[in-house]
Amino acid sequence: MDFPVLSIITFTPIVAGMVILCLPAHRKREIRILALVAATIALLLSAWAYFTFGQAQGDYRFEEQYAWIPALGISYHVGVNGISMPLVLLTGIVIFTGVLISWNIDDRPREFFAFLFVLATGVFGVFVALDLFHLFFFYEIAVFPMFLLIAIWGWKVTREYAAMKLTLYLFIGSVIALVGALAMYFMSGLNTFDLLALEQAGFSTAFQRFWFPFVFFGFAVLGGIFPFHNWSPDGHVAAPTAVSMFHAGVLMKLGAFAALRVGIMLLPEGAQFWSPLIIILATINVVYGASIAMVQSDFKYVIGFSSVSHMGLVMLGFATLNKDGLTGAGLQMFSHGVMTALFFAVVGMVYDRAHTREIPKLGGFAKVMPLVAVGFIVGGLVSMGMPGFSGFVAEFPIFMGLWQKQPVAALIAVVGIVITAAYVMRIVRQVFFGKMPEAFEGKVGGVTTFDKIALVLLSGIMISIGVMPSLMAPMVETGTEIILRLVGGV
Amino acid sequence: MIGPELLAFLVPLPPLLAFFVIVLLTNRKNRLSHRLAVGAMVISWAMAMTIFGLAVSRGDLGHHPIAASVAWLPMGEGVLNLGILIDPLNAITLFFVAWTCLAIFLYSVGYHNFGKPRDPQDRAGLPPKAGGIEPMYARFFAFISLFAFGMLTLSVSDNLLLLFIGWEIMGLCSYLLIGFWYGKDSAKRAMVKAFITTRVGDVFMLLGIAYLYAATGTVNYREILFDEHVLQTLAQMPSVIGGLSAGGLIGLLLFIGTVGKSAQWPLHVWLPDAMEGPTPVSAMIHAATMVSAGVYLMARFFPLVTIGWHEGGALTPTMTLVAVIGAFTALFAATIAVAQNDIKRVLAYSTISQLGYMVAAVGIGAYVAAVFHLVTHAFFKALLFLSSGSVIHGMEHGIHETHDHVDPGDMTNMGGLRRKMPITFWTFLIGGLALSGFPLLTAGFWSKDEILADAFAHGRMVIFVVLALAALLTAFYTMRQITLTFLGKPRTQAAEHAHESVWTMTLPLVVLSVFAVAAGWAGIPDHFPVIGGLIPNWVHGFVGGTLLEHPEAVAFSAVPLLVSISVALGGLLLGWLVYRRVTADAKDPLARLLGPVHTLFKNKYYFDELYDLIFIRPAYWLAETVSYRWIDRGLIDGILHAIGRFALRVGAFLRNVIDLPVINGSADMFSEGVKGAGRGFRVVQTGRVQQYLIVGLLFTGVILSYLLLANP
Repeated sequence: MDFPVLSIITFTPIVAGMVILCLPAHRKREIRILALVAATIALLLSAWAYFTFGQAQGDYRFEEQYAWIPALGISYHVGVNGISMPLVLLTGIVIFTGVLISWNIDDRPREFFAFLFVLATGVFGVFVALDLFHLFFFYEIAVFPMFLLIAIWGWKVTREYAAMKLTLYLFIGSVIALVGALAMYFMSGLNTFDLLALEQAGFSTAFQRFWFPFVFFGFAVLGGIFPFHNWSPDGHVAAPTAVSMFHAGVLMKLGAFAALRVGIMLLPEGAQFWSPLIIILATINVVYGASIAMVQSDFKYVIGFSSVSHMGLVMLGFATLNKDGLTGAGLQMFSHGVMTALFFAVVGMVYDRAHTREIPKLGGFAKVMPLVAVGFIVGGLVSMGMPGFSGFVAEFPIFMGLWQKQPVAALIAVVGIVITAAYVMRIVRQVFFGKMPEAFEGKVGGVTTFDKIALVLLSGIMISIGVMPSLMAPMVETGTEIILRLVGGV
Repeated sequence: MIGPELLAFLVPLPPLLAFFVIVLLTNRKNRLSHRLAVGAMVISWAMAMTIFGLAVSRGDLGHHPIAASVAWLPMGEGVLNLGILIDPLNAITLFFVAWTCLAIFLYSVGYHNFGKPRDPQDRAGLPPKAGGIEPMYARFFAFISLFAFGMLTLSVSDNLLLLFIGWEIMGLCSYLLIGFWYGKDSAKRAMVKAFITTRVGDVFMLLGIAYLYAATGTVNYREILFDEHVLQTLAQMPSVIGGLSAGGLIGLLLFIGTVGKSAQWPLHVWLPDAMEGPTPVSAMIHAATMVSAGVYLMARFFPLVTIGWHEGGALTPTMTLVAVIGAFTALFAATIAVAQNDIKRVLAYSTISQLGYMVAAVGIGAYVAAVFHLVTHAFFKALLFLSSGSVIHGMEHGIHETHDHVDPGDMTNMGGLRRKMPITFWTFLIGGLALSGFPLLTAGFWSKDEILADAFAHGRMVIFVVLALAALLTAFYTMRQITLTFLGKPRTQAAEHAHESVWTMTLPLVVLSVFAVAAGWAGIPDHFPVIGGLIPNWVHGFVGGTLLEHPEAVAFSAVPLLVSISVALGGLLLGWLVYRRVTADAKDPLARLLGPVHTLFKNKYYFDELYDLIFIRPAYWLAETVSYRWIDRGLIDGILHAIGRFALRVGAFLRNVIDLPVINGSADMFSEGVKGAGRGFRVVQTGRVQQYLIVGLLFTGVILSYLLLANP
């Protein structure tokens, strides 16, 4: 491998974070510029990798491998396939737009950006990991800064509670997953943590069935699977805007991705065995999350629960274990990531101006910030699976795969899509087109140029993929094929 | 290469371009915006007519359609292609869509008071009060352009996916346009209601598409519907629901989409409320195009809906359901229409009713009749809506002049408008007669008669009687409408001062009236007494070619003909007799006659209230109380917090019972012991050097003696 692009992407944020920490705290402007530069580098490099992906060969592209702790069979091994590549790009997009949106954070921006970048490195590290230890290592790196970011910069009312809840959930989940991972390590007898080697370890059916739930559900906690979804809306709401974007946009994908990468790909027979349960839980996710979103009066909680609902679709796609469903799930991870980042950005912009998130108290924002309204509507159309937007490109294959696997679940899950339309329309109607309360009249200003860039970028991506699915779908399919080979080409 | 294929690809694009240009560039320039929109529509219209001409002149279009496609979404083993198909059904759909859209575009210019100055009192999101230009004039044209794009896309598509895209674009535009005057609360409610109700149908339709794709590996119409082998497989493949074949279930799922889009019972509730939008919107979406899309879908998937059925044979379960829902809707909506006073609402319910006719026709296998009625209905219903818009416009004019603030859409405030608005009167009359099925002359007669004849000929007596009753009511409420609106004397000052509308509004009316009459002549059955065969039955020959096997024409029978003539004339006569003497402030004569039944009709059988009671409230209760409060906050968080508290208790226990007494205690004991020892030894630390020296000497002595004694 000539150019270690994945390593550079992974470490750019953390290096930038450390440099930022060395700057004096009062040089806020320099800190912000540095943060933006680092985020831009990460975005451009991941975009470059994304667009040159097709030129490389093999299941895993841009592979790098160095010995790390050889005695234990641990190596620094990275590479991306068709499913993780879009997620790397997603992380680049969210970190970039997150920095843009957080430009005006005034409370200790130095520490804020530093922690955000540590988080980003953790996330990149997981998406590119081809070594189980490596994956866990970065997974924990990603979870920890979350606690500080929420507890320090979060919404004053619930931040301690939410930060604690989130951290405990995720640590417990990861510990359970770790137990499963260690079981695989010892059982394989290969003395290696290498994922590609473990895939070929040939675990017995009984072993797979026993350990699959540990690994899958341990990670799926971070993916928000019912009934372990509860940390996520609280966490989303308490977090500051950029962190919510990261949290819902990328971090939940981290859980889903790890559940897929370690759970399904290493223990495919276990996945076959447990898939009915996953389908049941994920179907609950979809309908339950959407219906709770419908009755929330807090704008941000609506979006928080909508993530629970949409991640259910990802899990449904996984559980089909067929080509359509898995491809759809891969696309949905990206599409939902971008969409929810956009949603939280919009919520943040509204909240910054209105200082309330109670939907009945808001209104008329379309007039003062039309672009934000358009952005939200685009996100809403994505979330309800409107053709021409990325949501449709993702949800249609999921339903197609699900119908082949379990039509009844498909019939129930589509109800979630109708409810999605209901809550999106409710917000559009009240927050953007409702009557503006007197208190805001003339006091609410427009958004900054940076905000606009972020909105346009996020909406543009969702529309581009919706209109031209060939930008992403074929790539995801190459990843799906790898999984299908392991699962046995169902 | 400019072939008909390329042309078909291009047809939908001009309005899309117009949409983008207006939204992004010209949305402050009213004149330029409407020129762009209307110009784009003219281009699309011209292309559509060229294609139609080519299609008609091509022999055996059904087997040799104009078709082409490009790859879009790679999926599973194959690739989803997006392409165009001009077969007879698409050609004829394209024909009426292009005409009605063009008429509606032109009409909108006048309807939104182009050329008048902007009234400073008017606010965006509310209808202009005093005849000033619409504040969001350019935006309106952007939206209807996008809408036209959706419908044209649907009309030329060769597969279900592209159809669905057009379908959803229209759903979105319908939402935006119903809520065009979003300042009105009723409009906001209506827009959401319309969107969500149709969405219910849409998601099931989406599942139908997914199922179809999963079963056949394609969503292309011709690969499924024109391939006997595929159809046979679908007919024999068992589905998840016992007793239904896969094909039947797919047909049913698609039909749910139609129920939503074409506002069939039980998803009909959104359409009447959708009248909150501007009138051109009502005409376009809720008469000519979008609601037609639902019936189009049924016509398109006719081979699938009727899978396992042979012409003349017993109906399949899916067909029976379709026929029953259609016929029931036709009668049910007609009964509501007789008791409405709002001119547009009557038309809305009549639309539901007429769509029910078409759906019933598909259900009984009367393919050509369904499509024929679809086409004629699009023309005469667009005409009626636009005429009613002209009436309302005239009334608003009168209100503005006289400051007699009455509801401009309420027919009881009208009367005598035939002298004030002669063109509108004549065109409305033509449309109304076509709707009632006025014998021989109007298009509505021929298409409606064909449905009745088919039902009768194949012995579907229940359907026949229900549809005939609905036809009677249709003629009745249409005449009621004409009488209340145009005949007699003006009942209010506003009606007295109403004016005829501008030419941009009346010209489209005249054009559409021509079609409302003449479109029927293309489908006169060959065996019709006297005039049959004078004009060849072009519709049957052309439309029938869409199917793999050309359907047989129904043999002539005098009974349905007499029935359809007598219900039409009888209904019209009754309507005139009952309503000709209505004066201002008089109670509706029908209300006196029917009493509480009339109240039931007037309140639409209380369906809105019923749905609120059995769906909406329980849904909210489930979501809010059960899911959120009980499960999420109660159970899950409860368990979590209990674990948290338990962990604290365990911590406290460990601290108080083990940590403090045992561990701390023993550590403390140890340290206390050390301290005690220290205190004890403190006495030796006196600070006197002499003492230390003595002690040192003593120790040295002891050690020396020990060493000497131990190692002799």
